[in-house]
Amino acid sequence: MTDVALPRRWKKPPLIKSAFLRWSLGLGAAIYLALVIQTTPVNWARVWEGIPRGARFIAAFFPPDFVTRSAEIIEGISESLWMTVVATVIGIALSVPFGIGAAKNIAPAPVYYFCRGFLAVSRSFQEIILAIFFVKLFGFGPFAGVVTLSVATIGFYGKLLAEDIEDMDMGQAEAVRATGSSWLQWINYGVQPQVMPRMIGLGLYRFDINFRESAVIGIVGGGGIGATLNTAFDRYEFDSAAAILLVIIGIVMICEYGSGYLRKWVQ
Amino acid sequence: MSVAAATPHKAWQRRTPRAQFAVWAGWFFATALFVYCFSLISEKTIWAFVTDAPAQAGDLAVRMVPPDWRYIRELGRPIWDTINMATLGTAIAVVLAIPVAYCAARNTTPSVALVRPVALFIIVSSRSINALIWALMLVTIIGPGVLAGIIAIALRSIGFCAKLLYEAIEEIDESQVEAVRATGASRAQVTTYGIVPQVLPAFAGISVFRWDINIRESTVLGLVGAGGIGLQLNAAITQLYWTQVSLILLVIIGTVIVSEWVSAKVRHAII
Repeated sequence: MTDVALPRRWKKPPLIKSAFLRWSLGLGAAIYLALVIQTTPVNWARVWEGIPRGARFIAAFFPPDFVTRSAEIIEGISESLWMTVVATVIGIALSVPFGIGAAKNIAPAPVYYFCRGFLAVSRSFQEIILAIFFVKLFGFGPFAGVVTLSVATIGFYGKLLAEDIEDMDMGQAEAVRATGSSWLQWINYGVQPQVMPRMIGLGLYRFDINFRESAVIGIVGGGGIGATLNTAFDRYEFDSAAAILLVIIGIVMICEYGSGYLRKWVQ
Repeated sequence: MSVAAATPHKAWQRRTPRAQFAVWAGWFFATALFVYCFSLISEKTIWAFVTDAPAQAGDLAVRMVPPDWRYIRELGRPIWDTINMATLGTAIAVVLAIPVAYCAARNTTPSVALVRPVALFIIVSSRSINALIWALMLVTIIGPGVLAGIIAIALRSIGFCAKLLYEAIEEIDESQVEAVRATGASRAQVTTYGIVPQVLPAFAGISVFRWDINIRESTVLGLVGAGGIGLQLNAAITQLYWTQVSLILLVIIGTVIVSEWVSAKVRHAII
């Protein structure tokens, strides 16, 4: 009875239970960190030189210069907004067939694998890499940006739509089918109402993402505010750049609050 | 029987006429907006290039096969840099996100009126600026190289990690915190014994999830000079070495798939 040694002090249970795994993970992390520090060349002289420039950039925010480049800023921002609207609409419209095709419970196997494959490939590339290629194909300007954002939207929205359809209540769909409905009627009355509320919310969320992304694909020539921003940085016009960044942050915040409000209203 | 025949059966309708009209008006305005935006974009597009695009795409595809496999020897270093940017960037972001999340969560913030809005502003501004824009700024400020990439990834990830973490903190079970406080624990002890154990799994999950996203983002930072495989991609594209481009794309896909697999495994083990 007394030979069972009770632990004297209570200790917090660790996140990783196996002590061996815990220690080897820690050791691995330390070795990795040492390797990284040894192999990463950092030009400290250049960093030191850049500090006053960074200070100048931060100073440019007080106050930012909206006036000098106002025509370019307005043009770039409105182009970004058009691109966002068009790409979101086209992307969502095209992602519906892919989403339906990639849902295991309603699509036949060959269609399922084809659609899943397409969605996986379109998601694995960063928007910027897609944009480089579409700029090569369609030339500079907002059209390439629209195609990029549409493809990215298909990958995102199609995957989530497929997952939502797979999670739906099959009973309701069965009931509609039992009335002798055609395939289209079945999708329209049995499937669509079940996934619609969540999909509207996700559509608004994607609108948000597309605006954010449209601010960068201009850097590689895809139209929108990114080109203006890139030029401002290249010319060291930090006060204009600060103004552009503030406009982007402002619009993203408006989009976020607006879409949050709309989502509440829809559901 | 005659009664049933006499009553005119109204066909089933999903909405009242008023709601139906509102839906139609909504669709009408949405379509008009779409057409208007599209016409503005169409004005800025040279359609001759667009109609020519399929031929161009075919041409490009021919030039890209077969991938230049010998080039892979020169890609080891850039991939190592890419992974390092993602990993170190995530590590720094996670460390910096903890105090931000602590200040942003309603139940732990020192002051709802003063500190919380500041923390929320940090989160929003970090999230709304893409890593590529952060990299663009940092390259002009501290010069090109991996360091700019690491900091860009870190600055971009703070908002994401802090947002998810503060939501996790707000969802904790208050009774456990109460219980620790009832033992007479100090504020720091309440945090370490009441709050941290509850959010630790979520925290680990968030870090790995963000690491996975960062691998994907760090592949392109080189395009603006911030190191990693994007530099090689940019060089190969500008020099029109399409066989190298296709190899780089394959390497990127491979890296992304492996990182996704690792992250899924780790998150599965945690949750």
